[in-house]
Amino acid sequence: MQNHFPLWKNLLILVVFVVGIIYSLPNLYGDDPSVQVSSTQTTLISQIQANQIESDIKSVGLAIKAFEFNDGRVLARFKNTDDQLKAADLLRDKMGSNYTVALNLAPTTPPWLRALGADAMYLGLDLRGGVHFLLEVDMNAAAKQAEERYTDDVRLALRSAKLRYQAVTKDGGFIKVTLKALEDKPAVLALLDKDFRTLEITEPEAQDQVWLKVSEKETLEIKKFAVAQNMTTLRNRVNELGVAEPVIQQQGENRIVVQLPGVQDTTRAKEILGTTATLEYRLVDVEHDVQQAVAGHPPVGSRLYYERNGNPILLDRRVIVTGDQIVDASSGVDQDGRPSVNISLNGVGAAKMAKTTQVSVGKPMAVVFIEYKVDTKIINGEKVRHKEKVEKVINVATIQGVFSKRFQTTGLDSPQEARNLSLLLRAGALAAPVDIVEERTVGPSLGQDNIDKGMLSFVVGFVLVVLFMAGYYKLFGMIANFALAFNVVIVVAILSMLQATLTLPGIAGIILTVGMSVDANVLIFERIKEEIGIGNTPQAAIFIGYDKAFATILDSHFTNLVVAVVLFAYGTGSVKGFAVTLIIGILSSMFTAITGTRMVINWYYGNRRVEKLSI
Amino acid sequence: MKTTNINFIGNRKYALIFSGVLMIISIASLAVRGLQMGIDFTGGTLIEVGYQQSADLNVLRNTLDTEGFSDATVQNFGTAKDVLIRLKPHEGVSSVDLSTKVLEAINKNTKEPASVRRVEFVGPQVGDDLAEDGFLALLYSTIGILIYIAWRFEWKFSTGAVIATLHDVVVTLGFFSVLGLEFDLTVLAAVLALIGYSLNDTIVVYDRIRENFRLLRNKSTEEIMNISVNVTLSRTIMTSLTVILVLISLFFLGGEVIHNFSVVLLFGVFFGTYSSIFIASPMALILGISPEDLMIPVKEGADIDHRP
Repeated sequence: MQNHFPLWKNLLILVVFVVGIIYSLPNLYGDDPSVQVSSTQTTLISQIQANQIESDIKSVGLAIKAFEFNDGRVLARFKNTDDQLKAADLLRDKMGSNYTVALNLAPTTPPWLRALGADAMYLGLDLRGGVHFLLEVDMNAAAKQAEERYTDDVRLALRSAKLRYQAVTKDGGFIKVTLKALEDKPAVLALLDKDFRTLEITEPEAQDQVWLKVSEKETLEIKKFAVAQNMTTLRNRVNELGVAEPVIQQQGENRIVVQLPGVQDTTRAKEILGTTATLEYRLVDVEHDVQQAVAGHPPVGSRLYYERNGNPILLDRRVIVTGDQIVDASSGVDQDGRPSVNISLNGVGAAKMAKTTQVSVGKPMAVVFIEYKVDTKIINGEKVRHKEKVEKVINVATIQGVFSKRFQTTGLDSPQEARNLSLLLRAGALAAPVDIVEERTVGPSLGQDNIDKGMLSFVVGFVLVVLFMAGYYKLFGMIANFALAFNVVIVVAILSMLQATLTLPGIAGIILTVGMSVDANVLIFERIKEEIGIGNTPQAAIFIGYDKAFATILDSHFTNLVVAVVLFAYGTGSVKGFAVTLIIGILSSMFTAITGTRMVINWYYGNRRVEKLSI
Repeated sequence: MKTTNINFIGNRKYALIFSGVLMIISIASLAVRGLQMGIDFTGGTLIEVGYQQSADLNVLRNTLDTEGFSDATVQNFGTAKDVLIRLKPHEGVSSVDLSTKVLEAINKNTKEPASVRRVEFVGPQVGDDLAEDGFLALLYSTIGILIYIAWRFEWKFSTGAVIATLHDVVVTLGFFSVLGLEFDLTVLAAVLALIGYSLNDTIVVYDRIRENFRLLRNKSTEEIMNISVNVTLSRTIMTSLTVILVLISLFFLGGEVIHNFSVVLLFGVFFGTYSSIFIASPMALILGISPEDLMIPVKEGADIDHRP
C-alpha cells in the first residue's frame, strides 16, 4: 500500500481542482462594450428616466444587447464599440452635466458565477488601454502656504490683542516677531502660547524678538492634509470624466496614482485633473423675490444661483470668505449627536467672518462651490471643447451666533451628507500644487494587441512544453502535463479571486511559470529513473523518487520564491503584476506537481503489480 | 538520457578561465559603454505611434527638428508602420504638454495622422526612484538568498551560489551593454527572475552534493561533486529546455514590448544552466567545502575546534 492516497487527500485535490475551474471560468467569457449612466447628484436615476434613456438609444437606431437598471445606475450593453461610442455621445448630450456617462467593459459572466463571487481577472492598463498618471504633491509649497497663513494669523492676533509689534516676518523657516517695547514680551509670549499651540516658540539672542516655528507634528499634519485634499479633489474630477473603474491611490508619502482605464483623450484628462475649484461663503438675500430674478430681473445687490436640487436662490454679491481661507473641514457629530461639519478659517477669513456674523445672526448663509469644467459638446457634428465656470450652492445654513475662526454647520440630513459637504469644502479649499511626474498611456489597439500576443505566446509555449514532456517522459509526461494545466487553472483562479491586476509582464510570468513548473516533475521523474536504475521495483522507485525529490523541490522553489517576493516588494506597476503571477505560480506548481501528479500516478499504478513504468 | 560521467570539476580551470574572460569583457563594457538605460530610469518621454502605411522616418525627423525637438530620436518599432519617438527630459518645458506638442508637430507633414499607441512620460525624480528601487531589489534578494542558503546548507555553499548567480547577472548585463539593448523596468524584472531561476538550478545540484556527502563517505569531495553534477545533469538540461521553449515562444510571438524581457531570460537561462554546472560547485570547492561541513553535527568534533 505504498502508493496509495487516503480518501481525504484525493478529495482535497479534487475540491481544489473544481474550485479552481469555477473561479477561473469567468475569464472565458468576454466583455460587452457598454455605457454606464449614473447621477452626480444625491438623487438617483429613476425608473422613468431609465426607460427614457433606453428609448433614446433605440430611437436613433442603435441596437442594445442588454439594458440593466440597478441601484439607480443604468448599464446599456452593446454589440460593438462603434454603437457604444455613438450611444455615449448621444447620452452625454442628452443627460447634461448632472449625470456621468462612462464607457465600460461589462463582463458577461453568467449570474450563477457572479453569485459565487467569481469574476474575471482585472486587466491592467497595458492590456485594456487607458491612462496612468503619477502626481506629486508639492509638499514644500504646502508647508510654505501654512507658514504664510500662520504669519497672517500671528499678526492679526497681536493686533486684536492690542500688543504693539514692529514686524512679523517669515524668514528661514521661522516666523519672526519683532517687538516695539520689551515690556510687551511676557504678554506676547503668553498670547502665542495660548493661541498657537501648533507653533514652537524660541527666544533668540536679540531680546526684542520672538521666533516661531511650525512644529514637526503640525508640518506632518499639513502634509498629510495636502495629499488627502488633493485626492478628494481628484476623485471629484475623475467622476466627471466618466471613467468606469478609476483608481486613485496614495503612493508613498507625497504621490498619488490616478489610473483611468479606457480613457484615450489624455489632453482632456489632464485638463480636467488640473482644473481648479474654489468656494465662497455668501449671505442669502431674503429681501427680494427669487421668482422675479428667475424671470430675468435680479436685484442690484444680488445674484441668482441654483441649489443642487435645482431650486433658485438669491445671494448677496459680496463674498464673505473664499476657499483659500479655509484651513480645514471635517465631518462629525455635534453635541446632540446630529451630523455636522466643522470648519476652520485662517486669520483673515476669521476676521471677515466675525465682522459679518456680528450683524447677521439669524440670517441664512450659503456656500457656493465654483469649478471650471471642461466640457465637450457636439455642435454641428463636430466636437467642440470649451471651459465653463460652474457655480452651485452646496449648502444653506442659518447663522446661529457670532463666530470667527472655527464654526460648525449642522442641520444636515445624514452623516453621508456631512461627509460629502466636508469633502467639497476641502476640494474647494486652497490645495497644494500637484505636478504630473509620470504618465503612461496605452492606446486601445495596443492593449488588444498585447492581449492577443500574450495569449498566442502562452498557447504556443504551453503546447511546446506539453509535446516535449509527453515525448520524453511518455505516460508520466502526460500526467505532468495534466498537472501543468491544473497549475495554470489555479494561477488564473487565484488571480481572479484576488482581483489582482493582470499585466503584459504578468502574462509573461504565467508563461514562464509554465516552463518552470514542470521542473518539479522533471526532478521527481529523474529521481524515479535513477531509483529504477539502481534496481528498485517500480512501486518502490515511485515512492522513493517522490520522497527524495521533495526536499530538493522545497529548497529550490523556496529560493525562487524569495526573489519573487523581493521583486513584488520593490516592483512598481506592471512589474508587480509579473511578481504576483510568479509567486502564485511557484506556490501552486509545488502543489500540482507534487500532490496532483502523485494522485494520478497512485490511481494508475497503485495497488497492483507493475513490471515496467512508462517513463 | 543515460547518467553521464564527465569530469566537470576536474576541468574547472577551463570553465573558470572562460567565465573570468566573460566577466572581464562584461565589466569592461559596463564601465566603458554602460547600459542603454530606458526612460524608466533616465526620465524622458517615449511616444509610440502607428500608421496605416510605412512611415517615412526622415520626414518625421526633419519635422521634429524644425519644430524644436532636435534631441528626439525616431526609429521603427517592430514593423515599418510603427514608430517610436524618444525625447530626453526637457528642462523648463512643462513635461505634461510635451507629448501633446510632439504629436501636433509630427502630424503637420504627414499625409495620415498618427494613431497613438503608447505614451510614456517619466519625470527625472521618478526615474531616480525606480532605479533606486531596482538596485535595492537586487541587493535585498541577494542578501535574502545568502541567508537562506547559509541556513539550509552552509556558508561556503551560499557564497558559491551567490557568486554563480552574480556571474550570470554580470554576464547578462554585459551582453546587454555590448549589444546596446535598452534596459528598462521589464528587463530589470527579467534579471531578477533570472536570479531566481539560476539559483533554483544551483540549489538542485547542491542538494545532491549534500546528500552524497552523507552517503558516499569513502570518496573525495571532488569525486562526490562530479557524481552529483553528473546525476543531476539530465534534470538540469531538461528543465532548461522547457524554460527555453516557452521563452522562444515569448521571444517570437510576445511582441516588441516583451522582446528584451525574453532576451534577458533566454541568455540568462543559458548562462544560469552553465554556471550551476561549471561555476557553482567549483566555487564551493575553492572556498574549501568538505563533507564535514555538512555532517549532522558531531558534538565532540565541534568542541575540539573551539578549544584554544
